[in-house]
Amino acid sequence: MKPFFKNFSEKLIEGLLMICGTITSLTVVLIVFFLFKEGLGVFNKKAVEEGYVVMVNKSNPVNSISPEDIKNIFDSKITSWKDLGGKNDSIILFRLEDISNYFTDEQIGENFEGLPLLLNRVVDSIPQILAFFPEKYLGKNFKGREIEAGKITFSTFFGGKEWFPTAQPAAQLGVMPLVMGTLWVSLGAILLALPLGLAAAIFLSEIAKDKVRRVMKPLIELLAGIPSVVYGFFGLVVIVPAIQKLFNLPVGETGLAGSIILGIMALPTIITISEDAMRNTPRAMKEASLALGASKWQTIYKIVIPYSISGISAAAILGIGRAIGETMAVLMVTGNAAVIPTSILEPMRTIPATIAAELGEAPDGGLHYKALFALGCILFIITLVINLIVEFISGSKKNRRV
Amino acid sequence: MNKLESKQVNFYYGSSHALKDINLAIEANTVTALIGPSGCGKSTYLRLFNRMNDLISDTRLTGEVIIDGVNIYKKGINVDNLRKMTGMVFQKPNPFPKSIFENVAYGLRVNGITDKKFIEERVETTIKQVVLWDEVKDKLKKSAFELSGGQQQRLCIARAMAIQPSVILMDEPTSALDPISTSKVEELIHELKTKYTIVIVTHNMQQAARVSDHTAFFYLGELVEYGVTKQIFTNPNVERTQNYITGRFG
Repeated sequence: MKPFFKNFSEKLIEGLLMICGTITSLTVVLIVFFLFKEGLGVFNKKAVEEGYVVMVNKSNPVNSISPEDIKNIFDSKITSWKDLGGKNDSIILFRLEDISNYFTDEQIGENFEGLPLLLNRVVDSIPQILAFFPEKYLGKNFKGREIEAGKITFSTFFGGKEWFPTAQPAAQLGVMPLVMGTLWVSLGAILLALPLGLAAAIFLSEIAKDKVRRVMKPLIELLAGIPSVVYGFFGLVVIVPAIQKLFNLPVGETGLAGSIILGIMALPTIITISEDAMRNTPRAMKEASLALGASKWQTIYKIVIPYSISGISAAAILGIGRAIGETMAVLMVTGNAAVIPTSILEPMRTIPATIAAELGEAPDGGLHYKALFALGCILFIITLVINLIVEFISGSKKNRRV
Repeated sequence: MNKLESKQVNFYYGSSHALKDINLAIEANTVTALIGPSGCGKSTYLRLFNRMNDLISDTRLTGEVIIDGVNIYKKGINVDNLRKMTGMVFQKPNPFPKSIFENVAYGLRVNGITDKKFIEERVETTIKQVVLWDEVKDKLKKSAFELSGGQQQRLCIARAMAIQPSVILMDEPTSALDPISTSKVEELIHELKTKYTIVIVTHNMQQAARVSDHTAFFYLGELVEYGVTKQIFTNPNVERTQNYITGRFG
């Protein structure tokens, strides 16, 4: 009886462990699946307001207009069909409220019952027309032609230079400013954090006395445990005003402020990982260098750093990863202007900050909502690539140390 | 004149007394073997001559350690320069993560030599000295980790010799090597004797008997006996030495 029971309980535990493992892996897969399912839903959707149609005269050869073109037409930046691949005719923009310029109120009718017919007449009689109106006023036997307007494609999404998801009449969903903002802020962060972190790691692993190390290391690790909102407060109260004063700017909320905060946040990662890598340098190797008359500093930069270079690169890349995914602190200090940055001293907006700031306002399942998920996908891919690079680097390290 | 000398040397790791009143004089161009059971202080003693023990915190030394008549622990001694005079070979082969060529050239480079031709010549002659040239001449640019353990150790000896020290300190240089590699290193020691003063720590009695001119037996931090190798191994003065070399303890 006893051996049977033992066998059974062991099987039971094994089964439980397997279930836990499976659930975890499944969760990860599910998260990725739903993220991409929602995110990819943004493509081939129309950026024009829901329920609206865009009509042109049948003789018009233009087949599609991008969301950006629509905006430019409304802003009178595009005035000729030629710019859209059509004839050399100026565009006559027609909105529903323009109907009163063409017809009297009696013709329209009290309850707009005359509208479908009149719209039909307008579109049919003016060859240069570009008409926006609600689909419900679309009459039977409509003589105009609907064109594909404001369709969101890969190129308009990734190449678009404007992020304005609530714009009328067409939402502008270009992720370029956000991707650029993220990259600028993260790059700035790593440029600040890497030299500082590396210097601190060298100090801790090679120069600091044991006593100093025992105090400093936990202190640095403590940095990693501070909630990011607290970093954000610190940035808002200390760094933002300092930048404003130092560079004489109208506002201190700039990419630089984000970079500094993210740099500080990436420091513990960079320091602890590269310090561990450096401490892994065999003592005999350092002694061999010193025994040849090399100074301590020569030993550090000719032996310790080359030996631990893969660990150091992994630290740098993980630091970047931390910076790219960070949301709260960045949201608080970067100023969040969705404009393609030309200098680090401008307000910027990062991908995670955008998602956090806008998700609450985006209607469930709508275009904006899906666009934010698509942003999440971009972020996911960036961090995945970063992790793969780390994996690759630390993998090649193992091969080297045969 | 004696090349190396220690006068009333006491050495402490924290509160533990690792070397007790060691007086020893080593002549130039001889091989001296330091033998004794593990933890007897022989490695600690060896590492006094290039001040490697300085790297360990909480240590203390009294007495004088002398190279060429100079107390190397007196104030004002440049430790980096001192270490250029003494090459060291370690227990396990520990080449740098660099090419074979750069391993040997390292000592020259860190000492500020930039003349490319000079470095190339010195690397070649040194590798030839350790009888490794024929095995590596076609792959000098390859990583030193691609060599076998025995080859790596000979490379490490070449690395130590490239800066032309007058003393070579060897800390159990063959303990990680196979018998064939070991005999190659031993032959090398024999040849190097004409140019260098060699001190070798070893656990291997036969090796001590084969390669050394003088042998020092350490036990529990004390120098029990020092003398000509032949005499130590055939007719030691102290009974403890007799017991150790015949394998009765240790």
